[in-house]
Amino acid sequence: MNTQEILTELIRRTTSDLPQDVENQLRRARSLERDESRAALMLDAIIANIELARAASVPMCQDTGTLTFFFDIPSGTDTQAFESAARGAVREATAQGLLRNNTIDTLSGESINSNVTHDAPVCIFKSTDRTDIKITLLQKGGGCENMSCQFSLPDETLRAGRDLDGVRRCLLSAVHQAQGYGCGPGILGVCIGSDRAGGYKTAKEQLLRPLNDTAVSTELAALEKRVLEEADSLGIGAMGLGGATTLLGVKIAAASRLPASYFVTVAYMCWACRRRGVHLRADGTAEWFG
Amino acid sequence: MIVELTYPFNESQIKTLHAGDKVQLSGRVYTGRDRLHKFLAGGGAAPVNLRDAAIYHCGPVVVREPQGWRIQSAGPTTSIREEPYMAKVIRDYGIRVIIGKGGMGAATLAACESCGCVYLQAPGGAAALLAGNIRSVDNVYLLNEFGPAEAMWELDVEKMDLVVAMDSYGVDLYAEIQRASARRLTACLSV
Repeated sequence: MNTQEILTELIRRTTSDLPQDVENQLRRARSLERDESRAALMLDAIIANIELARAASVPMCQDTGTLTFFFDIPSGTDTQAFESAARGAVREATAQGLLRNNTIDTLSGESINSNVTHDAPVCIFKSTDRTDIKITLLQKGGGCENMSCQFSLPDETLRAGRDLDGVRRCLLSAVHQAQGYGCGPGILGVCIGSDRAGGYKTAKEQLLRPLNDTAVSTELAALEKRVLEEADSLGIGAMGLGGATTLLGVKIAAASRLPASYFVTVAYMCWACRRRGVHLRADGTAEWFG
Repeated sequence: MIVELTYPFNESQIKTLHAGDKVQLSGRVYTGRDRLHKFLAGGGAAPVNLRDAAIYHCGPVVVREPQGWRIQSAGPTTSIREEPYMAKVIRDYGIRVIIGKGGMGAATLAACESCGCVYLQAPGGAAALLAGNIRSVDNVYLLNEFGPAEAMWELDVEKMDLVVAMDSYGVDLYAEIQRASARRLTACLSV
């Protein structure tokens, strides 16, 4: 397969095949609900949907989202060829019905049916010292993106100061505000620090972390655990209809900041955390992961 | 117990439904989301007669075929975005059923009560499953104007599994969860 074909296949896998760690958490969430409860009904439908989408290679969610390709490439590699391959793959995947016609010209209101324009798909390049190429795709829909938010501390309404307890207050407030609008049980990607743009970028990158990993820093790991438990205690549940599980995971990173700013940025992800990737080895083999 | 709701919908059917009831809905459904609601509420002419109709807040993934269209994926979009327009659309057009996810606001709830309409929750993101409930895609309106995701697709559906989340008696399941979770949030933040 050439690079465009590989990326088209990556889109097919990402849009239709939910990662195992996310599915495991959804099944666990289902096991905590009483049969016949509204939460059980919603989770049963989600689980049946995951299985069907995987078997039929159709989008597990109709909002196939913003596509972000993360390319980790050997230093000095031409990025244009990869960008071109990604754009071709998106065009092809859209024609096959793996992606919705999901790109709107904001000024004219026109639908850009190919999903390819000057700023879509998003391609992010990082140079490495390695010889292989790692490509990761994240698809994030609009419903949950609308629930992403950014706090500037101190925040008087939340009584949140510039410390990890202030961060906790922001995160719980964000979860409460989201209710079921972001298709929970969702996942929080969080960045503490950075500027506004960097905060959103880093928060979103946290969604690439496996749900069963832990933050490197012990205080962030403790905060991840506490926020997850407290979010569940709000009882919002699947789709905001009440239940034991409101979040599937919380992933927090800290970044440096200016003295004047202390941002807490939340990338709210729905249960359909669509992230997969491929390693292209120097010997020409492709190894799928995710 | 599951209530079977079949098109054409009427007020007496709607008045038998209560928040929490499970429903299986069959028959004609029109999709409509952000562009359509703003258009209709702003005085735009509906391309079809919407009296006693069901509107599904959905932008499907559609593939063109020789004989027409095939829908790959059709889960609900977040309904609350239509809140500025929904009550007016219900009143002006006589909508009986709204299918969506996440619920809507006080104005919509009031319109449901005064006009005899219900809001049914479809499982968010159960897009492949719900696409399987579509028997046929019978027509599409406003496709060139709004694009495929926002167009008004006329669907014939069979046994969509839905839950009555807002009924015509002023009961709103989401509002109850919002209140209860607000109390629990206060408890978490008082530590």
